Amino acid sequence: MTTWSFFVEHHAEILDTTLEHLTLVVIAMAFAILIGVPLGMFVVHRPALRRLSLGIASILQTIPSLALFGFLIPIPFIGGIGRRTAIVALVLYALLPILRNTYVGLTGIDPAVLEAAEAMGMTNVQILWRVRFPLALAVILAGIRTATVITIGIATISAAIGAGGLGTFIFRGVAMVSDAVILAGAIPAALLAILADFLLGLLERRLRVS
Amino acid sequence: MNAKPITIPDPVIEFRSVTYRVPPANGHALVSDISLAVHPGETLVLLGRSGGGKTTVLKLINRLLLPSAGHVLVEGRPTSGWDPIRLRRGIGYVIQEAGLFPHFTVAENIGLVPGLEKWDAPRIAARVEELLRLVGLAPAKFAARRPRELSGGQRQRVGVARALAADPPILLMDEPFGALDPVTRAELQREFSALARRLGKTIVFVTHDLGEALLLASRIALLEAGRIVAVGSPQEFLHIDHPEVQAFAASFATYRPTPPGASS
Repeated sequence: MTTWSFFVEHHAEILDTTLEHLTLVVIAMAFAILIGVPLGMFVVHRPALRRLSLGIASILQTIPSLALFGFLIPIPFIGGIGRRTAIVALVLYALLPILRNTYVGLTGIDPAVLEAAEAMGMTNVQILWRVRFPLALAVILAGIRTATVITIGIATISAAIGAGGLGTFIFRGVAMVSDAVILAGAIPAALLAILADFLLGLLERRLRVS
Repeated sequence: MNAKPITIPDPVIEFRSVTYRVPPANGHALVSDISLAVHPGETLVLLGRSGGGKTTVLKLINRLLLPSAGHVLVEGRPTSGWDPIRLRRGIGYVIQEAGLFPHFTVAENIGLVPGLEKWDAPRIAARVEELLRLVGLAPAKFAARRPRELSGGQRQRVGVARALAADPPILLMDEPFGALDPVTRAELQREFSALARRLGKTIVFVTHDLGEALLLASRIALLEAGRIVAVGSPQEFLHIDHPEVQAFAASFATYRPTPPGASS
């Protein structure tokens, strides 16, 4: 069986699985952004907390993904077999680039601009929302872009704990020693990653203020 | 002697033996034992070399810094007793490179403080237009531009307009024309000098340029290593017998061409 004929025969299933994969990624990214961006904003003026949170996020990133999925299975509430566990793991991986870029973006602003803002009598909250955050947006989005591409890749492994997605084809293909089946997972995953990178890159350029 | 005593107006800004050290307890003093009064409507120029403590003196006025010893009084009240936000809203601040918000238009930059002060939109728009005219920028042409679409001189004009927006009685200016080319700088200095006289603000102006100081000042205070070593009007200043004054005067003279026919 050629790869092409497999794709043609199973196109409905491949499309469903791709959507399932995308759903996994979107849910995980939504949580990662909702946690990472506010956390990054919160730690700007709190150096101890910043070191702690960036440290934890960095350590999480170094755990091999298959191992992290394994570690999470026995944990009550967030663990177990299935989508919920996979999403938790994906969120933990996506956190570092988002948190780090949020912090870097918020602090990498021209000091003259921040000094002017303070001297004009803006409160810290006003400076954060009206100056730091809009100026950091492009950098934050770059972090989200990196995290999205990583998550699309790692999400293939979540099939190992029964969360579905394009990894299903890859694991099945490995077991069947069939390139066609592996590629039915790998090619859509790669295309998703390229597409996400491109679209978020466009958005990032639009938000960049020089 | 029944004539009324001559009333000297209370100073708008007053330094009483102010020292600023980092760290505050026993650190290196950036500013030492400064006593100085700035009177309503006057332009006090702080002159000195880089690192002499000029910017530190400015930042002590709007409470970006608090003194390690002594008191800085603004309108009779120590800055430590002011709500920093209220204090700063009444003090315009212009810095080198303007520090404009790059994500705001010119109009949004100028209208920021009036907006924070809860002015309504039509009043802000009218004020922005008035100020753009005041600093010599056509509102129709410049209001919607972003700072990156302006020349250095135009940015600095917007910086001045922004500082004047909520009509603060005090204006602090930290080498506002320092990064401009000499021709644009001379242009802005002349215009600003006329503007300052017209507005009647109390201005504290920092520069290392003696020519600028002589042009703009009602009084010049010379800082050397964090201390005020000479104070005088532009007329008196160059005659003050102090080595640092003479050093500035000498560097100034370097730029004057030798008159034709003068023997060397």
